[in-house]
This record gives sequence, structure tokens and C-alpha cells, in this order.
Amino acid sequence: MRIRRHRRWMAPVVAAAAVGLALTGCTGDVAPEDAADVDCTDYEQYGTFDGAEVTVAGTILDLEADRLIESWSDFEACTGIAVDYQGSSEFEAQIAVLAEGGNAPDVGIVPQPGLLGRLAAGGWLIPASADVEANVDEWWSEDWKKYGTYEDTFYAAPLMASIKGYVWYSPAEFEEKGYEIPKTLDELTELSETIAAEGDHKPWCVGLESGDATGWPGTDWVEDYMLRLHGADVYDQWVTHGIPFNDPQVAEAFDAVGGYLKNDDMVNGGIGDVSTQVTEAFQTAGLPILDGACSLHHQASFYETFWNPEGGDENTVASDGSVFAFLLPPVNADDPLSVTGGGEFPVAFRDAEEVEAFRTYLSSDLWANNRVSLGGVISANKGLDPQVASSELLTQSIEILQDPETTFRFDGSDLMPGAVGADSFWKGMVAWVTGEDTAQVLDTIESSWPQG
Amino acid sequence: MTTADLLGKLLQVVMGLAVFAAVVGLLIFFIDKAPKKGRDYWQLGLFLLPAMLFIAIGLVYPAIRTSLLAFQDSSGDWTLDNFVWTFTQPAAIRTLINTVIWVLLVPTISTAVGLAYAVFIDKSRGEKYYKVILFMPIAISFVGAGVIWSFVYDYNGVGEQIGLLNALVVAAGGEPVQWLQTDPINTFLLIVVMIWIQTGFAMVLLSAAIKGVPTEQIEAAQLDGTNGWQRFMNVTVPGIRGALVVVLTTISIATLKVFDIVRTMTAGNFNTSVIANEMYTQAFRASEVGRGSALALILFVLVLPIVVYNVNVLRKQREIR
Repeated sequence: MRIRRHRRWMAPVVAAAAVGLALTGCTGDVAPEDAADVDCTDYEQYGTFDGAEVTVAGTILDLEADRLIESWSDFEACTGIAVDYQGSSEFEAQIAVLAEGGNAPDVGIVPQPGLLGRLAAGGWLIPASADVEANVDEWWSEDWKKYGTYEDTFYAAPLMASIKGYVWYSPAEFEEKGYEIPKTLDELTELSETIAAEGDHKPWCVGLESGDATGWPGTDWVEDYMLRLHGADVYDQWVTHGIPFNDPQVAEAFDAVGGYLKNDDMVNGGIGDVSTQVTEAFQTAGLPILDGACSLHHQASFYETFWNPEGGDENTVASDGSVFAFLLPPVNADDPLSVTGGGEFPVAFRDAEEVEAFRTYLSSDLWANNRVSLGGVISANKGLDPQVASSELLTQSIEILQDPETTFRFDGSDLMPGAVGADSFWKGMVAWVTGEDTAQVLDTIESSWPQG
Repeated sequence: MTTADLLGKLLQVVMGLAVFAAVVGLLIFFIDKAPKKGRDYWQLGLFLLPAMLFIAIGLVYPAIRTSLLAFQDSSGDWTLDNFVWTFTQPAAIRTLINTVIWVLLVPTISTAVGLAYAVFIDKSRGEKYYKVILFMPIAISFVGAGVIWSFVYDYNGVGEQIGLLNALVVAAGGEPVQWLQTDPINTFLLIVVMIWIQTGFAMVLLSAAIKGVPTEQIEAAQLDGTNGWQRFMNVTVPGIRGALVVVLTTISIATLKVFDIVRTMTAGNFNTSVIANEMYTQAFRASEVGRGSALALILFVLVLPIVVYNVNVLRKQREIR
């Protein structure tokens, strides 16, 4: 009896003690960075706050998230604002639900202008403060400002950027076999045909698999061709449904892309036949270039980080390294440079001084230089010094973004309504590559465009 | 987070629990002091209140709101477009057809296989171990099962096959197949995963029911000169009818709601989508809340008769007893 009573309270106490000890192990006792160790002169303009906290959420994960957090650690130390970042791959699906339920983070880093528009239409967003807008007017182009604007209200400054439409290749192979970097789309076709005719390997390697977002790398192809074949005006009409999705001009872009993606002679180098594009993950699809199993791979500037899947640095990205990239060429050699790309927008859900101070910092050239110097990304901020970028390619990308002559257009599927840009367009690419004909796919996508 | 922060949080948790206990204790104390007349009702009401409240907030309100949203477009105007879309778009129709295929195959096959297994291992030596083997997949989550089977169906265009199924095909001298990308076989391969999980569930319940069939009846049938099959059809099956209905309906409802398997293995691509997956995709990824709600409503309407039937059978059984 005595022992039994003893046991009754022993078990919970022991359990609680064990859990407590285990949890203590998790904390690590990391003291926050001290303001005294940082040169705070640059941060004085943002003011100081006592015990203020800003919660931030976004799609940025892992290494990229660590770098993001590092980019504002000085800001935290100097202003006293604690910034708490939480990354999630389900962010895009959840943010509207959280906002509607009143549980949104203070700041959401939204990667799609379409989603920003939807959140703004829901009435959940706080318009950007005058300071943020002043920064944007100073450091960004009109186009970029437009992507953060919904119905004439300016909501968010752009954050980072990426340039799409790069074609990755091996400089050593090009030199050895005497391939020239193509200056027009026709030259690109000729180059591909030359490589295909040699017969020892396929010219392109393509991967469209990306979990439940499978198909998006294919939409990038179509967007690049839309912009190059028909120009910025038609591109704008296309993404805003000014022309239907099954317009002949869209079909033309699809068929131009189909010359590669639906052609067994052109793909899928080192991986298999045409249909393997939908099972090959986009992260690993370009790697056959390193083995000489294919020569060309179409993917955005951020693909730079995927060349060393083990995390090492044995494959260098440089014009004299193991891989490098050229932009998908225009129709005529002397056409002005047109590129598609992506970016993020930090929108605010809470109206507070510390939130706006944080957003003002994110929109400054100071932050852009801080973040880009940490590596891996670029920004379209004109105050950014291209030389701080971590590689030759990123430096070049920043220069392209900052060049006032460049026609820049945001990734089309990110601008379209979610029902198209995040669903039927992706699925359409998958169906198209696996055999459905262009007209049928375009009709299906057109009919999914939301009414009214 | 520092240790001090953590201790603070633990203290908060303890305080919260203490306050909760105090409030509940106080309520019980007062309910005990309720007027003698109708005290039962007071007590009943108080203890039901939290559950009722949660059902109202968590089930009734969302159900009503979803039903209303299904008849609205994105700007809040009343419309039937969402249902028109569901029943006219080839992709949406395919989703409905797939769901029907799932509901026809999964409950029948898992119940049949589970029943056969239960009958064959009944009273055999090592019955326990045979049961454990088939029951184990139940312990694995749908997502986990999806990931495991994704590896089984894995495909490599060139080089070595890491997928078991393709490795077998290649070993037999065939060409590797893109199992999950080939319509319509991919839907059936996904269904195999669900059957793999649910068969154990069916087997355990049916095995228990078989043991409940009186031996006297079996022996009487034996004396009448019946063979094994006749005994099974005329004595065992009627004896376990209740369990059969429960198993069939439970698995049917689980199958109608299937989401995780499709989402982890194909994400609804390659014509494999089912209602629950499409509902999530439309409502949250495509931001077409109306279409998502319409699909949710259709799912609700499909589940309803099964639930009603299940409840009816259970009620009848209780009356007999």
C-alpha cells in the first residue's frame, strides 16, 4: 500500500522533471547581440524602441532564412526591435486564412504580386508608410513599384529579386566544341540542332517536378518566349487577361517552346525521354551538364546554388568555371534586353511604428547591400553596389536589373489569378509535355480563368 | 530563448492549468448547490455546454459558412458558377470520377481481403503474429505511407532503378514504367496504398466479430452436413453482419476524405486528383474559395447517406439486443 501510494506521485514528477531537463537542453542560452558591439550610426534614423517585437513570416527556408535573419541582426541590436522570422513552405496557402482569422504575422514576405493583390482586396494589408514609399521612389523603377501597388494604393516595397530566363552551359564544352553563345532565338535553335546532330548527347536537360507545384519551370519557358516574341505590351495583356489564354500569340509561344520540350531529339539529356521531364526534380535537372550528358539548361539566376548539391564548392559558377549562363536571346540581335524575373514583397498586417521602421529598413539600400553581400541573392535596388554580389553571374544580374534600358517583366504566372498562375497553368504544362496538344491545353487553361 | 524565458513559460503553463482547475472546481461546486428541482437538467446542461459550444464553433458554423461560400463568387455575389465549373470542367469531372473509383474499390477490396485473412488465420497457430503483420501499416500515417510507396513506384529514366516495382520489371527483362505518371494506372496504384493501410483495420474488427459467432451454431451447421463455404456464407457472415457494415462504412468515409496519399504522391497531377485534394488546391492554392467550398459541399453530401445508413444499422442492432 505504502509503495503504491508512493508510485502514484512519483511517475508524474519524474516525467515532468525529465521533460523539463530535456527542454532546458533546447534553449542553448544564446544572449541577444549587444548594441555596444555594433556601429549604430547607420541605424539612428530608424529610432529606438523598448521591447518592441515584429513577427515575420515567409516562404524563405533553411540557409536562405539564416542569411535573411543575419541581414537584420544589426538593425535589431541598434533599434531594440526583436524580429522573429518564421519560414514555411505552406505560407502562400495559409497566409490568407491567417489574415482572415486575425492571426497573420506583423509582416508577411509575399513572393507573388497576385497574392499581394488578393490580400489587399481582402482589406487586411496596411499601406506602406511615406518613408517606405520615399525609399521605393528613390531606389526602384516604376515597374517594380507597380508590383507592390494594388488599385492605386502602395502596399509594399520589393525585397529581393531573381532573373529568370538564364540558359546554363559549360564554358569548357563550348570552347572545346567551338559552340558560340547564341545572339538570337534562331541561333539558339541552330545551336541545339547542331548538338543534337552530333548524336552523342541531347542538347537540353529539363526538369519540371517540384512537389505540388510541379510544372512551374515550364511556365517560365513560355513566359520568356511570350516576352521575347511579342513584346512587353502583349505580355501585359496576356497576364491581365486582356487577350484570352488561347490567343494565337500564346499558342505561338507554346509551340516555340514545344520545339524543345516536346521534341525527343532535344530533351531529356542524361535523364531519359521527353516524358521524364515531369518526374525530374527542377533542383537536379541541370546537373547532367556537369557529366556532359546535356549542354543547355533553362533556369533562373537562383539556380547558382544548386550546382553543388552536396554543399561543397567543387563546381564554380563563372565564365571560366565549370558552369555559366547566358540570357535566353531576343528574336533579333539588336532588340533591347527583355527579361522576366521574380521577387518578394514584405506586406504589413499590423499598423505599428516598429513594423514600419522595420519595413523602411528593408526598403533601404543599406539592407540591400547587407543582404546581397551575404551571398546567393540579388535585388533590384538601385543603391545596391553590384560588386558586393557573391558571384560574377549575380553581379551581371544586378547590372541588368539596374540598367534603365532593360525591359523587366515580373514572372507572368505570379501575376495571374491563383486559379491559373498556381494551378491550371502548372497542370497544363504537365499535360502538354506528356502529350496533350497545344490548342487543347490552352482551352483548358482559358476556361479555368476566374469569372468577374 | 534562455533558460529564464523557458522557466517563465513553464510557470505560465502551470498557472494556466491551476486557474482552469479552480474554475472547473468552482462550477462543479455551484452546480451541486443548484435548486433540487431539476438539478439533473442543470448538471446535464453544464456538462454538455462546452462540447456543444465547440461543436457550434468548430462544426456547425463552418458547415453553414462553407455552404454559403459555395454559392458565391469571389466578389460575394450569389451564383451557381462553382457547381457549373465542378460538373463541366474536364479536370473537375475527372476528380469526381476518380473519387467514385476510390470509393468503389477501397472499401470492398480491403474488407474482402481482411475478411478472408481473418477467416483463414482464425484459431491457427501463431494467429497473433499473422495479425500483427497485417495490422502494422495502420500505425503508419497516410503521409508516411505515401512517401514509402512513392519509393516503391520510383522511376529512373536511365541507370539503376531504386523503385522496387521497376527493379522487378527490369529484372524480368522489361522496360521501366513511369507508374505514377501513367494515366489511368496511377489512380489504381494510389488505391493500393489505401488498401494496404485499411486491410489491417478490417481484419482486426472482423476477426473479433468472427470469434463472437457462437460455436454452437457452427457445430449445428456441421451436423447438418454443410461444407466450409456454406457454413461461412450462412452462419459466419450473418453473424458478423453488423461488424461488416461498420467496417465497410468506416472505410468508405475514410476513402471519400482521402487527401494525404494523393497529395504526397502526385499532388493531384496526371489525372489522379480526388475531391478532398482538389478542395484544398482550389480553396488555398488557387484562392478560389467558392470552388473549394462547392467541392466540400459535394463531399459532405456524398458522406451523408453512408453516415445515416451506418447509424440506422447500429440502432437496429441495439433494438434486437
